[in-house]
Amino acid sequence: MSGLAKPLKIALGLIVIAGLIVIPMNFNRYGLFILSQWTVMTIAAMGLNLTLGYAGQVSLAQGAFVGIGAYAAAIMTTHGWPLPAAILVAIVLSFGVGWVLGYPALRVQHHYLAFVTLAFSTLAFLVFRNESWLTGGIYGISNIPRPHVFGIATNKPLPFYYVCLGLLAIVSIAVWWLIRSPWGRAFMALRENPLRAQSLGIDTRRYTLMAFAIGSALGGVAGALYAPLTQYIDPVPFNLSLSLDLLMMVIVGGAGFYFGPFLGAMIAVLLPEWLRFTEGYYLMLYAIAVMGLLIWSPSGILGILDRYMAARRTKAASALRAVAKSRLETAQ
Amino acid sequence: MSNLFDLLVAGLATGAIYALVAVGFTLLWQTSQTINFAQGEFVMLPAFLMLAAMHAGAPFWLAIILGILLSMILLGLAFKMLLVDPMMRHGVLPLAIATMALAIGIKEAVKQFFSAEASPFPSIVPTGDITVLGHVVSLQSIGVLVVAILAVFGLTTLLNRTSLGHQMQAAAQNPTVARIIGVPVERMILLTFLINAFLVALASLLITPIYLAKFSSGEVLGQAAFIAAIVGGFNQVRGAIAGGLLIGVLDNLAAAYVSTQYRAAVPLIFLIVVILFRPQGLLGRAEERTV
Repeated sequence: MSGLAKPLKIALGLIVIAGLIVIPMNFNRYGLFILSQWTVMTIAAMGLNLTLGYAGQVSLAQGAFVGIGAYAAAIMTTHGWPLPAAILVAIVLSFGVGWVLGYPALRVQHHYLAFVTLAFSTLAFLVFRNESWLTGGIYGISNIPRPHVFGIATNKPLPFYYVCLGLLAIVSIAVWWLIRSPWGRAFMALRENPLRAQSLGIDTRRYTLMAFAIGSALGGVAGALYAPLTQYIDPVPFNLSLSLDLLMMVIVGGAGFYFGPFLGAMIAVLLPEWLRFTEGYYLMLYAIAVMGLLIWSPSGILGILDRYMAARRTKAASALRAVAKSRLETAQ
Repeated sequence: MSNLFDLLVAGLATGAIYALVAVGFTLLWQTSQTINFAQGEFVMLPAFLMLAAMHAGAPFWLAIILGILLSMILLGLAFKMLLVDPMMRHGVLPLAIATMALAIGIKEAVKQFFSAEASPFPSIVPTGDITVLGHVVSLQSIGVLVVAILAVFGLTTLLNRTSLGHQMQAAAQNPTVARIIGVPVERMILLTFLINAFLVALASLLITPIYLAKFSSGEVLGQAAFIAAIVGGFNQVRGAIAGGLLIGVLDNLAAAYVSTQYRAAVPLIFLIVVILFRPQGLLGRAEERTV
């Protein structure tokens, strides 16, 4: 993305943000629900992108953290607590569990780590389903209230969409800041070459755990938003396929790219809706589209853009070189 | 006591099926670093291919042969040529994600073109019970065990006793050196994909009469085979067999003695413990090149 001029980038960003605020104003209920869902999934995918894309740790448990956050929010808000408190608890809880889950990452890597997190994901699902004294079991928790923000009730879809969008903005800024901080650089060092990172004095143990815990905490935030969005939760949405879907979003959008999760979530949430006119075929087409994309560009959509920009830069640079050379020749 | 015996037999029978699926899984990993998240769907699909052949009027035996052949073409040849080959050089993760998408695709295709309902499936083993050592054992369990043991025995003989098997092992262990000494590595990799397709078709034939043919039945099975492969040893055929049997027995014992609610948790916890304390699996070798 660095090929664009800075003012152009800022203008583009402002247009997109303005569009996200203005355009949904005349969306119907369902359109707003889908768009709100996009913000929730983007937050969760951003967390996974930190763990996977920046720190290089494969996790198949992000869906479980969305579940933990959702249940924390559902249980607390139905007992009269305000949503911000619930979000805070969801963050702390997911952060803690994520930290503990990070310990296997210190012992095993790559696919083994994926398997541990996969097992955790299914275990979490079993807990959601079976501990009915806490989670309502298969009947779930219903009548989850939506919050009041600055005294305005957000029961209607549009105000709640703005709550989601606001939280997405906060998370986006925090992540933007994080990946530019020394921590973010330490995460990337961890991904690129853990051995060298360690020899440069980076505490790889601590940063691996941190990458897991922060990524998981964002999953918790997404969950805490998901509960009031649907106003009813049961264990089914938080099974393994959510974790796999989130992983797919990150890879399809482009792992390790800041805007990857935004695009990935957009494709995973919106593309099936756009393909709905094909009726029963829409998930099949979605699967084929994902496979085709990954064959074409394993680094996701932003990978294509990145390569295009790099090619253009090389071309521009060689054009400059050619000009310089011809000038040199005419000077002689 | 008789209860325990019954559980063991039932566990071994399911475990033998898991072993078939897990062996195929490890074969793909060894030769091409493919982590096939669609392996469960690979087991689900052949049963529907056979059902489709029967609906078209083919007798059961012909449907079985057609089903196995079609699976080898679709899940072996086409899977390798269309998905694995273009993606292999990009590393493990994108390919693993692509197989996740493939799993969704297969499930949806079966739901759309066949049925969302569970369909009954004829058994190749006659139903009924026989008495062994004073215990009543279902013929189906014994039939499944026998077929699975024969398949595994055939495969290990192929791998360990024949020149072809040795070439396949060489291609898996060190493709570069294998190529230098004249092993047609590409053909060997294709062969493992065909073997995997054959094994999943066989597993499909054995398990579908017990659990019915349903588009979503691959999820549970795929995960069980997955766990079996890792527990036994991700890089060993015999490890996958042991893992499959172990998970099958463990699963059945957990259902009886732990709680039906948390029965699925027992193999998972076992998996985590194995990965943490013996990541190469119970029978596996430590892998130098990946960690």
